[in-house]
Amino acid sequence: MANLKDAGHLFRMAAVFAIGIVLFLVLRAIFVPKTFGQYGHYRAAAIAEVAARPVMFAGHQACESCHTDVLEVKSKGVHAHVACESCHGPLAKHADDPTALQPPHIDVAVLCVRCHEANIAKPKTFPQVVSADHSGGMVCDTCHKPHSPKIDSGVSQ
Amino acid sequence: MTITRRRLLMLLPAAAIAWDSILAGTPEESPNYKMTDHWWGMLIDVTKCIGCGTCVQACKAENNVPDGYYRTWVERYHVAKWDTEMPQVDSPDGALHGFPPTKQEGGKNFFVPKLCNHCADSPCTQVCPVGATFVSPDGVVLVDQKYCLGCRYCIQACPYGCRFLNPETETASKCTLCYHRITKGLTTACCETCPTGARQLVDFKNPNDPIHKFLETHSVQVLKPHLATRAKVYYYGLDGSVR
Amino acid sequence: MYPNEIELQWSVLIVLYPFLTGLVAGAFILASLERVFRVDAVKPTYRLALLTALAFLLVAPLPLQLHLGHPERSLEMYLTPHTSSAMAMFGFVYMWYLMAVLVLEVWLDYRRNIVVRSQTTTGWTRWIYKVLTLGSTNISERALAIDNKVGWIITIIGIPSAFLLHGYVGFIFGSVKANPWWSSPLMPVVFIFSAMVSGIAVVMLIYMFMCRVRGQQIDMRCVDTIAKYLFYTFLIDFALELLDLIHRIYESDESFRSLDFMVHTKLYFPHIVIQILLGTLTPILLLAATQVLPLNAARRRVTYGIAGCLTLIGIFAMRWNVVIGGQLFSKSFLGYTTYKMAFVTREGLVVAIVLTILPFIILWGLVKLLPPWEETHSLDLSPVALAHGDD
Repeated sequence: MANLKDAGHLFRMAAVFAIGIVLFLVLRAIFVPKTFGQYGHYRAAAIAEVAARPVMFAGHQACESCHTDVLEVKSKGVHAHVACESCHGPLAKHADDPTALQPPHIDVAVLCVRCHEANIAKPKTFPQVVSADHSGGMVCDTCHKPHSPKIDSGVSQ
Repeated sequence: MTITRRRLLMLLPAAAIAWDSILAGTPEESPNYKMTDHWWGMLIDVTKCIGCGTCVQACKAENNVPDGYYRTWVERYHVAKWDTEMPQVDSPDGALHGFPPTKQEGGKNFFVPKLCNHCADSPCTQVCPVGATFVSPDGVVLVDQKYCLGCRYCIQACPYGCRFLNPETETASKCTLCYHRITKGLTTACCETCPTGARQLVDFKNPNDPIHKFLETHSVQVLKPHLATRAKVYYYGLDGSVR
Repeated sequence: MYPNEIELQWSVLIVLYPFLTGLVAGAFILASLERVFRVDAVKPTYRLALLTALAFLLVAPLPLQLHLGHPERSLEMYLTPHTSSAMAMFGFVYMWYLMAVLVLEVWLDYRRNIVVRSQTTTGWTRWIYKVLTLGSTNISERALAIDNKVGWIITIIGIPSAFLLHGYVGFIFGSVKANPWWSSPLMPVVFIFSAMVSGIAVVMLIYMFMCRVRGQQIDMRCVDTIAKYLFYTFLIDFALELLDLIHRIYESDESFRSLDFMVHTKLYFPHIVIQILLGTLTPILLLAATQVLPLNAARRRVTYGIAGCLTLIGIFAMRWNVVIGGQLFSKSFLGYTTYKMAFVTREGLVVAIVLTILPFIILWGLVKLLPPWEETHSLDLSPVALAHGDD
């Protein structure tokens, strides 16, 4: 068994390591976030942070609670299942305070063709036209009322 | 008219209801939302997708997605004859502005929307070195923006290419299944604005969820099943050529 | 291409990182040849190999830190390591290897020199030596015998630790099932052997270079032995890479067509020309020639020099082809992208070059501080030697 005196330097090195480990444990106690590990290996508070993001689209039920007249027309037409904000864009701010934000004016020529421009990849049963040939340059809502687009639907706007 | 205590007590509930309708656009976080009551996923009906890109625009608006990066996107497939090995696929700007018409005739052509599959056995959360990305108790794969190092290992590990590094925050980012909406009883931005109902949010733990019936009666697939990620985005009508 | 795949995630810095840790592991294995396997011939390179390993290991975390989006959060990897993540556990493997193996071994081997120098040198370096002694000036025969024994044990532990160090890097890539260019059980093994090849080559080159600089005669027996080990290790490494290639071609799974096309087009120059032809086959042939043909010492030195340089280029190219190559093709197997290497940004070429040169600068400093060309761990305890210090 080696004389312990001659191994003194090894004990000093061991002490350096021990100090390092203690320092590590202290850092751990200070810096690991408090909610870490609550549900799994992550900071549980992050879930609430993600959930706290502001909502931009109100959802069609919010629109329908005020705009019952439009709902009346739309629910009888082929656009019944198209959400309001699909065309009108994100309007949660408008639903919160209708006077503060007016829904932006829609450029009909751009909007309608987004869905209805003919494309070979669209389902065959989906109504689509080659817009250049279809209306002779007239904009879509000249003939089609967007909330109930079928021309022979008999509903007047 | 003096305001008596009684009058005030009668006015308060009326004020509350009025206040609620004023705040109709931004519902309060439902205090009854219990994470363990939910297990979220999505159903995508490929036969209904028209490639309009409204979902991509809605996601961008809802989640402030930076330009050139995509939390969701739509791919257009052209399968000549029946060759599932070599389809031609394009996704111009992630289909943010829809698709330009093609000259191609013939073959099978269809659109496939894609997003994070919120895998139950997700390979991306497995490799995160610090626990900055995780599967929440209600089945949504989320990223802790304050904890992520930006090492990009999760982006490498995702087989579906749904992750990216947000250049503004220098952290990993991806579809959160609009967690901030679904916890308030709303649906995701993409499902809300999809004009044909091709995208539907599903709560696998909710027995009243109407999609359960569909899943039980139709053939559905997930992407890359051989990787056993237990993806929770189910596709109906998925062709064998879809990668 | 999936839209998010167009931009590469891991840059040239992440190519540099396995290259540097590979040099560490390889240099250490060379050092252990002498210490544990008693290959006397390579004794002159023992200390140099250790210092080389240390210099490269100190620089290795730098490319990683520069690559991170939030380097200030990197301590999280140690505070809340995700045990299922190879990258997180690697942080501890690195720390273990640095502290418990390399630093300890260097310290134990140099302790006598450190103590003597703490008493004999003048100027500010005296304080460095004083700190390094940890306050103990015991260099008696018994103390040094203990150092020798402990050092030997550490080297024994160090060999699997070196394998673990670089094998882990291989595993970080090899365990990613999403990427078929990376996902392979062979990946850690290939990384380890290519690491050994590069580490042995770099020590050989540094040794020959330093002998030249110091005007010392190159110990041919030493260099011949190193070259022999380099040759054999290279053969194993090449066999492993061939095995991976043959296996891919034969099984021809869904990824094969896409990867094959990539190797023949985008990766043609880095993979076929640089890695295989210039970086593997040529050095192997050169080294084989020195084993088989009767070349004189001068010719052998030149051959070793060329072979060594080509080896390093080849192994760097291998890292490039793995890291960059793995990101050039789409996970849909239907498309490719391009790596646009930046020049002066945080992850650019300039930074990569600086980080490659930096370990040599650190090595220069270490060599000045702890000269390797004195007697190694053999105990020359004659009073004359002790009194004269180590110059």
